[in-house]
Amino acid sequence: MSPTESQTIQSQNRERVRQIVREHAGLGVAFEKVDSATDLYRAGMTSYASVVLMIALENEFELEFPDAMLSRNVFESIDSITNAIESLQRVNQ
Amino acid sequence: MSTPLRAIELPELAASEAFRRAVDIAAEHADDVDRQGRFPVEAVSALRAAEALSWGVPLEYGGAGAGIDDLANATFELSRRCSATGMIFAMHQIQVASIVRHMADSLWFRNYLKRLAREQRLIASATSEVGVGGDMRKSIAAVTAVPDSVDNLVQFEKKASTISYGAYAEDLLTTLRCNPAAESGDQVLVLTHFADMDAKPTSTWDTLGMRGTCSPGFVVRATCLADQILPVPFAAVAAETVVPVSHILWANVWLGIASDAFIRAQNFVRAQARQNPGTTPPTALRLSELSARMAEFRALVQGATQEYMALADSERRAGLSTIGYAVRINNLKIAASEAAVEACQGALRICGFAGYGNAGPYSVGRQLRDAHSAALMIANDRLHATNAALLLVYREGK
Repeated sequence: MSPTESQTIQSQNRERVRQIVREHAGLGVAFEKVDSATDLYRAGMTSYASVVLMIALENEFELEFPDAMLSRNVFESIDSITNAIESLQRVNQ
Repeated sequence: MSTPLRAIELPELAASEAFRRAVDIAAEHADDVDRQGRFPVEAVSALRAAEALSWGVPLEYGGAGAGIDDLANATFELSRRCSATGMIFAMHQIQVASIVRHMADSLWFRNYLKRLAREQRLIASATSEVGVGGDMRKSIAAVTAVPDSVDNLVQFEKKASTISYGAYAEDLLTTLRCNPAAESGDQVLVLTHFADMDAKPTSTWDTLGMRGTCSPGFVVRATCLADQILPVPFAAVAAETVVPVSHILWANVWLGIASDAFIRAQNFVRAQARQNPGTTPPTALRLSELSARMAEFRALVQGATQEYMALADSERRAGLSTIGYAVRINNLKIAASEAAVEACQGALRICGFAGYGNAGPYSVGRQLRDAHSAALMIANDRLHATNAALLLVYREGK
């Protein structure tokens, strides 16, 4: 895969993550101000909403987060979630 | 980065002569503290004399650098005699650990810890708040900048639904939103001195048990330096320190209460056996059952203490912020709080009316009443609701 292709896939993944966060993180209008580095917990995501988000991500990307990844720092931003998903996709390939 | 809770290996602090004296004093006044619902002033003075209020402070700031195992052991020993003293000691050490582990390079907090060790200051906490429904991870009150202040001052006003021993502590750690525009979960901890603030009780504390903790509601108003805000978000402090250390030390309080009840039941059975030498009294079987339950209870508490010690200060610290750990530490709280009541009820069945009476060597009324507080301190139903959600993603036992 060329570096350009890899970047394209990365930005596609980030956009899919962004859509799922919009639908499941329970941020409401606060989502308008969320960029890919925003701390979702500080933006108002509750721990219950984070669980709903995790399940939605597992469904969308057809993967399972291992227990060591089920932690606050992994789910705190769109960037950190995208990185985690891509590391799992690399392992699965 | 934060400073490790444990500095060096030390001889067992709870074995020191000054601490043994504090334990004896706690025992001597326990019934009176309970009956009158008063602060255990004698035992807390003795803990100060033993310099036990700074055991959790690192050596470099004048403390003893105690690990959670030392603190757990001391909490257990105190709670076997006077649960209020044990709980006050435990709650104070939770506040100390929050500062020690999360003060980063704050000069203000380093100086504060030295002062705490020198003056044996007692810290209370205001994490509860009227209107948030018992959720420690939500605040209404916020840190607000004092307009036009030249010294970088901040202020807050909080209606705390309960502050344990608030009228007897020197200092207070309060959870607040980090600014007036912040979300309810975007919190910080602020340390203030009661001498410099306005704190008015809003209710009385006349309860079934844990009467000596003196935990009414308060309205607190304070103005302080911005430096008095702990420099790490409360979310991290809660996950890595407040929740696990609270549940481990509280579990030791409850184990202490249950052990006290067990020993009373055992003494009762032995007295019965002495009356009829050569026969085993029927209550001995019930005692044996209770002994098996106590072994489970101790193993539960010791396992949780060891897991925390293995994670707390190492490169595995991130493990404390995982869903799996949250489930396990919530399970400790639920299981220990239920085990304490069951143990006290078991002891009551064995002792019969000698246990039901409010006086005498086999009375377990105080222990049973105190143990019933365990399921309410962060309601078990709330923890079940949290774990129910977490178990949708965490695959336990996998």
